Amino acid sequence: MSTATAEHHDHDDHHGPAKGWTRWLYTTNHKDIGTLYLLFSLVMFFIGGGMALIIRAELFQPGLQMVDPLFFNSMTTMHALVMIFGVVMPAFVGLANWMIPMMIGGPDMALPRLNNWSFWIMPFAFLLLLSTLFMEGGGPAGGWTLYAPLSLQGGDNLAFVIFAIHFMGISSVMGSINIVATIFNMRAPGMTLMKMPLFVWTWLITAYLLIAVIPVLAGAVTMLLTDRYFGTSFFSAAGGGDPVMFQHIFWFFGHPEVYILILPAFGIISSIIPTFARKPLFGYASMVYATASIAFLSFIVWAHHMFTVGMPLAGEMFFMFATMMISVPTGVKVFNWIATMWRGSMTFETPMLFAIGFLVMFTIGGLSGLMLAITPADIQYHDTYFVVAHFHYVLVPGAIYSIMAATYYWMPKWTGNMYDEKWGKIHFWVSTVFLNVLFFPMHFVGLAGMPRRIPDYSMQFADWNAVATIGAFGFGFSQLIFVYVVLKCMKGGEKATTEVWEGADGLEWTVPSPAPYHTFETPPPIR
Amino acid sequence: MSSPSTYYIPHEAKWPIVGSIALFAFFAGFAFLLNGGGWIIMALGAALLIYMMVRWFGDVITESENGTYSPQVDVSFRMAMMWFIFSEVMFFGAFFGALFYARVFSGPWLSGLGEGGAAATNAVLWSGFDYVWPTNGPAALGGEYAKMGWFGLPVINTLILLTSGVTCTIAHHAIKEGNRQKMVRWLLATVVLGFLFVGLQALEYWEAYSHLNLKLTTGIYGSTFFMLTGFHGFHVTMGAIILLVVMLRGTRKHFSATNHFAFEAAAWYWHFVDVVWLGLFIFVYIL
Ligand code: HEM
Ligand SMILES: [Cu+2]
Repeated sequence: MSTATAEHHDHDDHHGPAKGWTRWLYTTNHKDIGTLYLLFSLVMFFIGGGMALIIRAELFQPGLQMVDPLFFNSMTTMHALVMIFGVVMPAFVGLANWMIPMMIGGPDMALPRLNNWSFWIMPFAFLLLLSTLFMEGGGPAGGWTLYAPLSLQGGDNLAFVIFAIHFMGISSVMGSINIVATIFNMRAPGMTLMKMPLFVWTWLITAYLLIAVIPVLAGAVTMLLTDRYFGTSFFSAAGGGDPVMFQHIFWFFGHPEVYILILPAFGIISSIIPTFARKPLFGYASMVYATASIAFLSFIVWAHHMFTVGMPLAGEMFFMFATMMISVPTGVKVFNWIATMWRGSMTFETPMLFAIGFLVMFTIGGLSGLMLAITPADIQYHDTYFVVAHFHYVLVPGAIYSIMAATYYWMPKWTGNMYDEKWGKIHFWVSTVFLNVLFFPMHFVGLAGMPRRIPDYSMQFADWNAVATIGAFGFGFSQLIFVYVVLKCMKGGEKATTEVWEGADGLEWTVPSPAPYHTFETPPPIR
Repeated sequence: MSSPSTYYIPHEAKWPIVGSIALFAFFAGFAFLLNGGGWIIMALGAALLIYMMVRWFGDVITESENGTYSPQVDVSFRMAMMWFIFSEVMFFGAFFGALFYARVFSGPWLSGLGEGGAAATNAVLWSGFDYVWPTNGPAALGGEYAKMGWFGLPVINTLILLTSGVTCTIAHHAIKEGNRQKMVRWLLATVVLGFLFVGLQALEYWEAYSHLNLKLTTGIYGSTFFMLTGFHGFHVTMGAIILLVVMLRGTRKHFSATNHFAFEAAAWYWHFVDVVWLGLFIFVYIL
């Protein structure tokens, strides 16, 4: 009993981090865990990026040069799984960990031990996933969407992939539950819901999306597992099931998932643009409602991924119009960001450059999305490089740029040092040029009919593919600048002030830089 | 009440990493098993996972009984449990969705009904297939079988689960009055009913396999029947174990009229499996 009482007494601890490397293994501190998530995501970014470069190297010229087709297919599959589940999602969770408790004036996450587990699942889950590349028969090669029956006809890797997805899913659901509990339960008195920064709002809604759809993905892959290994016939017409049913269940998860990959980005951009425009965000409340409507609508548009598989006409029409409706709240957001900048006294530090890059190029992706949403047109575009161009425009200058912007924006708060502004700007410009060299030509070859997920292609697509590959290597290697800037900032540099940015607003800018190990053990006053 | 000055930050968490290793061994081992390997790794993983849960929950219980937790922590626990149950609802939703899709869409389409290519598909691929639910598909996978009737065991099981919901609620009222003895008695009844349900479900499976030739491999009917009732049965088992732990804690003088979150979490979970069963009873057995 006495030890337990002792434990009881030091609960409002003022001490810093534990000593030694086990600090990272056992930590319950939201900042430590946030750092772990972000570093994990950075490592996976290069693993996934390496896979992308293998794909682009093979596609540099028509014909088969570098890798065999099965390996090529497993690269496209793994690249997507790594980037979605290993890079974008963990990076957003890392940012949530670092920022949400500080933004709402709370002392930490609501469930710190669960938080530790959510992170420490990730490396093991990816060990399981990546290990399939070294197995007999290679990694999964049926695409990240794991469509039945193709995915059921691959090698022994299927069970490993499915369990890896279950594993990551456990992490995502626990992480989301934690975020919901934190936002509802840890806010400082006076921090009403409609005073929360938009990053907190968008994460709250994202967490709900995750809790709602990750279990559906778990159900879908469980059915794959039993179809393959236990003789069920969910996806076999011979037994009265239907392969198309897999697509319905998968995309019921899959479309909300793409919003999981972008809503936190909306929150980040909504924090950064007001700071550098030195004006409060235009239309705060409409931003909240727009986010909520996007989340709601994302549940009823899934079959726009399936316009060509054969659906009743009523279905095609419904999903077309429902999809187009999402452009309305999305448009509200873009309009609000522009209105925030209107007549602002703007400066263009690196975070702002990335935010503006986001705004312009995400919108390009949104517009190609609108084209894809038109059923009769999508019959032409589906499964071509046009789709690849669409989702890379929303994901790379969208989700990834928002993560970069967030890193530059908050890194002085994390490390206490200013990053190297010159190299940050170089990173932005080099990335942005190569990114468009990489992805813009995909629109052209896509509209001309080049199919996705195929290692070879017809001669007529050769030129633009060569261009795209040059862009890919340029973009890939320019990310080393990012690593350089991050490492340099971690090591030292000009000391950051408490406020860091002149126009910044929010509780995170009221604590010293670097933010102390424990912030807000007593609630801050809320204006 | 929930001022952060009483906020509790646990220092070091040693169990999560153990849990990750355990899950890794379990999943990798299971995948090896499915590909023709042995079961040792999986079993070790499962054992370590159970050990981890016992110890982690054990720590939490000790801390709770020592009064370490503030009311704020209690609220966090409640929210976590609520949304965890919601995620479980969505998991079952996927399987119910598969059932509805197969019954409303795949079946009729395979027999040639509906617009588009359905008629041609039927004529070319599955000519002569007439769809009635239950079905094991145009290829009649698994051979002749009989439907699992709803009268008999399923009705009895429904009554058992509904009764267990009542006994659980009585136990809840008992602890709210601070009557721990009564709580333990009624929880005992709940746990017994829970395990009885699982036992009868096993009996039903045995009957299905040995008398009705209804198997997991009996086309889409067998798939949906066994996966839905199977996952449900697994959840009942988990729920009953949780209730059992709560009951045993009750015999050790845990819980009071105001502090009994573990009980409530277990009770919510129990009502959740109850409601899922009603859905199963209607859509899997009766209709
Ligand atoms: C303006 C809103 C958007 C619309 C109207 C839209 C529409 C579509 C449509 C119709 C498709 C299917 C194309 C096909 O396969 O033929 C598609 C694919 C895709 N979209 Fe979007 N989209 C939008 C925004 C987004 C966002 C914000 C993201 C993610 C951040 C995203 C990620 C994806 C992905 C990953 C795919 C391809 C999935 C695959 O087949 O592998 N989209 N989109
Ligand atoms: Cu979509």
